[in-house]
Amino acid sequence: MSSFLSYLISGISLGSVYAIIALGYTMVYGIAKMLNFAHGDIIMVGAYMAYVTFTGLGLPPIAAIAVATVGCTVLGVLIEAIAYKPLRGASSLNVLITAIGVSYFLQNSALLVFGADSKTFTSLVNIPSVSIMDGAVIISGVTIASIVTCIIVMVVLTLFINKTKAGQAMLAVSEDTGAATLMGISVNRTIAITFAIGSALAGIAGVLLCSAYPTLSSQTGAMPGIKAFTAAVFGGIGSIPGAMIGGMVMGVVENLSKAYISSQLSDAIVFALLIIILLVKPTGLMGKKIQEKV
Amino acid sequence: MKKFISLALVAAMTASLAACGSSSSSTETSAAAADSAAESTESGDSSASADGEFVIGGSGPLTGGAAIYGMAVKNGGQIAVDEINAAGGINGHKVKWVFEDDEHDAEKALNAYNTLKDAGLQIMVGTVTSGPCLAVVQETADDNMFQITPSGTTQDITANPNVFRMCFSDPAQGAKSAQYIGEHELATKVGVIYDSSDPYSQGIYETFDSEAPNYGIEIVAAEAFTADSKTDFKTQIQKMKDAGAELVFLPFYYTEAALVLQQAKELNYSPVFFGCDGMDGILNLENFDTSLAEGLMLLTPFAADATDDLTVNFVNTYKEQYGDTPIQFAADAYDCLYAIKNAAEKANITPDMSVSDICDALETAMPEIIFNGLTGENIKFNSDGEPDKAPKAVVIKDGAYVLAD
Amino acid sequence: MNMKSKKIRSNIITFGLVIVFYAVMEAMLVTGSMSSLMKGLLVPLCYYMILAASLNLVVGISGELSLGHAGFMCIGAFSSAVFARMVGDSIPGGAELFISVLIGAAFAAIFGFLIGIPVLRLRGDYLAIVTLAFGEIIKNVINAVYLGVDSNGVHVSLKDVKSLGLLDDGEVIIKGAQGIGNLPRNATFTIGIVLLLITLFIITNLVNSRQGRAIMSSRDNRIAAESVGLNVSEYKLTAFVISAALAGVAGVLYSHNLANLQATSKNFGYNQSILILVFVVLGGIGNIRGSLIAALVLTILPEKLRFFNDYRMLIYAIVLIVMMIMTSAPKVVAWRKMVAEKYFKKSRETEAGGKTDAKEV
Repeated sequence: MSSFLSYLISGISLGSVYAIIALGYTMVYGIAKMLNFAHGDIIMVGAYMAYVTFTGLGLPPIAAIAVATVGCTVLGVLIEAIAYKPLRGASSLNVLITAIGVSYFLQNSALLVFGADSKTFTSLVNIPSVSIMDGAVIISGVTIASIVTCIIVMVVLTLFINKTKAGQAMLAVSEDTGAATLMGISVNRTIAITFAIGSALAGIAGVLLCSAYPTLSSQTGAMPGIKAFTAAVFGGIGSIPGAMIGGMVMGVVENLSKAYISSQLSDAIVFALLIIILLVKPTGLMGKKIQEKV
Repeated sequence: MKKFISLALVAAMTASLAACGSSSSSTETSAAAADSAAESTESGDSSASADGEFVIGGSGPLTGGAAIYGMAVKNGGQIAVDEINAAGGINGHKVKWVFEDDEHDAEKALNAYNTLKDAGLQIMVGTVTSGPCLAVVQETADDNMFQITPSGTTQDITANPNVFRMCFSDPAQGAKSAQYIGEHELATKVGVIYDSSDPYSQGIYETFDSEAPNYGIEIVAAEAFTADSKTDFKTQIQKMKDAGAELVFLPFYYTEAALVLQQAKELNYSPVFFGCDGMDGILNLENFDTSLAEGLMLLTPFAADATDDLTVNFVNTYKEQYGDTPIQFAADAYDCLYAIKNAAEKANITPDMSVSDICDALETAMPEIIFNGLTGENIKFNSDGEPDKAPKAVVIKDGAYVLAD
Repeated sequence: MNMKSKKIRSNIITFGLVIVFYAVMEAMLVTGSMSSLMKGLLVPLCYYMILAASLNLVVGISGELSLGHAGFMCIGAFSSAVFARMVGDSIPGGAELFISVLIGAAFAAIFGFLIGIPVLRLRGDYLAIVTLAFGEIIKNVINAVYLGVDSNGVHVSLKDVKSLGLLDDGEVIIKGAQGIGNLPRNATFTIGIVLLLITLFIITNLVNSRQGRAIMSSRDNRIAAESVGLNVSEYKLTAFVISAALAGVAGVLYSHNLANLQATSKNFGYNQSILILVFVVLGGIGNIRGSLIAALVLTILPEKLRFFNDYRMLIYAIVLIVMMIMTSAPKVVAWRKMVAEKYFKKSRETEAGGKTDAKEV
């Protein structure tokens, strides 16, 4: 029983990190309608920023988190303006390929700047771990922090989208870009804001990912990025609670299948489950049904 | 408009093909001249070389996730070549060290090898990683090119007579680990975590698994992870804990091992951890809390903390030039170059010999040499291409390696 | 009629270009003026072109986004490699390769069919993620598979060599992550070009057939196509399966070009699938000839960039982004059109005809 709980908690811990990354993915996809494959690499850059601020310059953790968040926001907006904006109006596939170019660019820049050897990331989260059932089950501080952050981010995002003007503009752009333009909404500005928020989330995700799993190299963001993207689809891409649930389900399934089925095949099992879910619910767990217009 | 793009692309293609053609003809007709031209731009020390320079090349990943290993070999080899050249070269001829990126991929490794051949390659040091190496060894066999891999561990790499190896093979490491654990009675209940997507890790695990019973070791849990999920090990560690493993064998690289150690601590689990040569480097991992590695044991042919003159010199030069502490891969590459130097002097080869003649001569000379390297004293090779050297068992105490008898 | 003759002419140009490419390469080989690098690239160029053309069938002609093309290549590579190892030297190399191509294509087609069924249910990016997931599953499972043969037949295990329980005369063929070794390496440039020509023949035939027109009409407007009674799903499935089979053929070439076959994220992971997609998008979605040229250029480019040493992949990334913006950004396209009209007034008519066929083949 205590082992099961342990597996479950490590799953939730991993899942909460996936969830935060997935939130960024889903934001950008929902509004800009593009798969931003560079999202994982923005996470990596954010983690490096935090690493340099905290370990390199010796500033307090809160400063490191702030630098990572602000830095990623700027980076995200820049990438959008330089690489994606010129392609607005072109096929979404073209933007996808550009995103891949950006992803290669960020990975190889990091490799050149920080070198090939991985760094050990010092956890920026100083919450003591909690042990239950006489120490048989331990919940680490980072896990608690990730879950709490995840919920806060989800609530704030939902409020932002539903209660603010900018948020409403995002909704409008995601529903119908043409009509939104007619209503006087600046599509370019709205998409830039979306990228700013998505990338700020990536910065936070970078800090949490590397605090939970303290290794940092130019490849750090790639695989979690893909997994979180899967999680976002799992939950129904474009849906904020969906991303959260998708991330959690991914993390838990991955760990439980490692524990009870096969540690070699856990990736296959997670992806197979994704396919099954999509066969049953073609737009993901919380996805909206797509209305087709004739 | 489409035509426009097609035309532009065709033009680009033709230009690049033309470039292939022209560059090749120049390398094939006057390889030495082209080399010396390249050399003069690279080091400015080409006076002695004109037509008498050994071209020794290597390939390994310089980009992507495995870049650290390729970089180490490239740098370690460079230090050896600089030393050899400063001391007058091999048989009085300077050595030129060329290194290409193979991205840790078999197909790209062939491209890298062919690029090296176009640059006049005479002796191959590589490749760094096992999978690509298995593809390249067949090509070097076709060309009868002498090859020595610093770090390709898979057994079959040395199947061809022209290929030698500087590191231990996977079966050798698996067997030696089982033997050491058994003979020193470190534990009877042993758990293994391994990377099932990595031939190196999987290879060691397999031999360890089959050798363990011979030394009274019971494997109580064996759990895998893959390259796609190598950050979260808590589930695997929990299974080790539940199975009551007193020792956990970690046959993979130190970057992931650092995560295992950290997560084991979070779960309040502290068995003896035991690693292989891939574990070397863990103490120099930037910003790593070395107290986590306290008591960690590993079998390694090289320890950057060793105090013999050779190691101290090498480590200092490496730090000076590249700003990092060298890992075992760099030491293997360094030793490869000296093995070549020793064998070349024994066989008395010169750069004007053909690739195939050089290969035949070195093949005969290799089993006859014996030398002291960074990765062992009195290194010898048997005719199968395997090195004969003793691994050192070290244990980490107070953040430093200590020889464990 | 005019449309048709134009299409035929376009196809002839594509075939002609491939044959000219072959002739030039052979001439360089014979005269010995080819670098070792280029010699080594000839077979890879063939399979990348096959991959690009076959993916274009799904992405360009069917209008579905697939991110799992490398998975089909992986199946073709492994099934044919297992066959090659099983028959060993018992049949001549040529026959072995011929049967391998059929086996690789067949296995990839079977998986294409199985994974193609969700194609009927899912749209757009959801399809993309299912194909991506499928590619990752294949890679992950193959890394865990052990397969051996002895006098009792074939043994398969997901655990290790020991659990295969082979007799003494047994031989391990797939050794988990260590893959398959000792492969015949009998793929040649000529075989590669022949397979490429067959690929092009199959694709152009399909595109110009009744089915092809139905597939394209459903890409452009699915509801309209369905409303006139076209069984869109069935046609799309056909295209998907053919595309998978052709990717399997590319996999056969891949596995018969290397001495050793392992499934890594580099050769059969989503990165590879995306690389093939880059060929298709850069060459022009739906434009088979364009994707061949893009495959050629983008395979040679990173090798030519070795000159830049450590900056190689960084420059490759920049080139990719710049190329994409130069070829597809609406403003650049408009600007180019303006320039073209200014300086090539005579060709304006053909340009005007050409600009609507962005999706045409």
